[in-house]
Amino acid sequence: MWKYVVRRTLYMIPILFGVTLITFLLFNVAGGDPAAQMAGKNATAERIEEIRVLYGFNKPIHMQYLDFVRQIVTFDYGRSISSKQKISTMIFGESPELSPVLTSLSLTLPAFLLTLLITISIALVLTVKRGSKLDKSVMVICLALLSFSSLVYILVGQKWLGYELGIFEISGWDPSWTERWRYLTLPTIIFVILSLGSNILFYRTIFLEEIFQDYVRTAKSKGLGQKVILFKHVLRNAMIPIITLVVIQMPFLILGALLTEAFFGIPGLGGLIFQALNEADFPVIRAMTVLITIMYMVFQLITDVLYSVVDPKVTLK
Amino acid sequence: MGSVNVSTHTIPVAEEGAKANRNSLWWDAYYRLKKDRIAVISFWVIVFYVLLAVGCRIGLLFPHFAETNDALSYAAPNANHWLGTDFLGRDVLARAAHGTYTSLLVGFFGSGLAVVIGTMFGALAGYFGGKVDDLIVWLYTTVSTIPYILLVIAFSFVLGAGLKVLCLVLGLTGWVGICRVVRGEYMKHRDREYVQACTAIGASHFRKAFIHILPNVTHLILIQFSLGFVGVIKAEVILSYLGLGVEAGTPSWGVMINDAAQELPREVWWGLAAATGFMFFLVLAFNLFNDALRDALDPKLKNK
Repeated sequence: MWKYVVRRTLYMIPILFGVTLITFLLFNVAGGDPAAQMAGKNATAERIEEIRVLYGFNKPIHMQYLDFVRQIVTFDYGRSISSKQKISTMIFGESPELSPVLTSLSLTLPAFLLTLLITISIALVLTVKRGSKLDKSVMVICLALLSFSSLVYILVGQKWLGYELGIFEISGWDPSWTERWRYLTLPTIIFVILSLGSNILFYRTIFLEEIFQDYVRTAKSKGLGQKVILFKHVLRNAMIPIITLVVIQMPFLILGALLTEAFFGIPGLGGLIFQALNEADFPVIRAMTVLITIMYMVFQLITDVLYSVVDPKVTLK
Repeated sequence: MGSVNVSTHTIPVAEEGAKANRNSLWWDAYYRLKKDRIAVISFWVIVFYVLLAVGCRIGLLFPHFAETNDALSYAAPNANHWLGTDFLGRDVLARAAHGTYTSLLVGFFGSGLAVVIGTMFGALAGYFGGKVDDLIVWLYTTVSTIPYILLVIAFSFVLGAGLKVLCLVLGLTGWVGICRVVRGEYMKHRDREYVQACTAIGASHFRKAFIHILPNVTHLILIQFSLGFVGVIKAEVILSYLGLGVEAGTPSWGVMINDAAQELPREVWWGLAAATGFMFFLVLAFNLFNDALRDALDPKLKNK
């Protein structure tokens, strides 16, 4: 098993190289003069020159790339253009309470688990009642839910649940662990509603694929009840695709719900990206692209290892 | 005359003198779609939107969409302006109708470009295998490793805003899924007898890959294109909110939905309602049509 983990980790190296290369080419080469872009529209020639020297854009291209790789390896991403803060501090925070990563997670993790619970339960019910009126109408509702832009949910949720009904805080933030739930309730509800449509459809498809398998017929013919078949056999076999989806979504939990955070003023990573975009903060966006991608790769590694735990058919080579 | 039911799950085949190719995948799919009432309705809804977009573009419908009127800022829906006006006094209904053109354009070219890139890479990787395959697999693994929204943000941030750039960005970032599908299909096809026969009569690699194999995977490409279309239309809205969408002044649903963030606190709901409504029916029609299209065209799912 450890051999596999090592091999799998080594496999990440070429991919990591590719990611740095694409990010570098995109930001330092494709966009024209990065110094001019960082300085903004109304910058003087001296200011642009100053930034060029400060961020090393006057060096040859391959040296710039090596600088970039050094930044990634040493976790030192330099400073933000607009706030002059160290980027690594901006991303990981000065204390756990102020950490954007943990802030994002305190929104997305509970919301994600809630979504899983709700959507898998609904999908199981639909699988049992497949072909019925209930099944068909829920399917149509899911497709309809998918046809709204996610922005619409946020706007209407904020306006109606937050403002009109006055049940929840409209926006704002309190970093203390015991008080932040106040500001997180409404975004969490919206996160769950946003994920309903696609998740129910996905899990329903997975369960339907399993329900026609031979082992289900065997279980039925030896007289097992529907509940046992569903929860003991189908659910366990469906774990592979479920885990895949769950882990694919994991890095997005770190990234936070970008739009939701931006709208509700939650200072998570999503909010940070939004702010950086507004301020055209080039080094912050570049650093976050690479960092979040690395986190994503780590999660992918974890999935592959998890597969082997769940499914003995997957052999570790 | 009429249709002959050969067995329970064949389509009604052949009027008299029907050609043999009426049993082809495309005819089969056509009949399946025609039988599916929801698919037919969805199709006509999409056609309606296309006509609306063309009508707006050539100036036949809502020609005064850009007219501003300061006295009429945020007028509520009335007899002259059925869906009210926005903050510059422009007619919301006309803006939303013209937004159709922007959305369809971005959807068509964004998804189209993704299909072209994905098919090219997928075909090369699947057909040649070996080193070419390794390189392309490495490339798409890398691209798919960067979370989609970050990739789009990075591309748009660097390349700037605007309609053309938007299509380019969505195309450059959206090809991985298609590439995977096409590569897999080409790997299955390249050793089949008909390709060997082509080799025997001296067909070139290009001919084999793009004249002989490509038609056998077009149905899958069409499904991917249609799926991509919806994704791109939705991505446009989000990019607009992030300030990475179309140029200012271009009528777009994304811009209208984003303006609602300022409008809703003033109880101005018609801008959001119009853009959401227009977008809802188009995307829903696409979603429903895609479902039917996939069932009709993907042989793996047949008879399930």
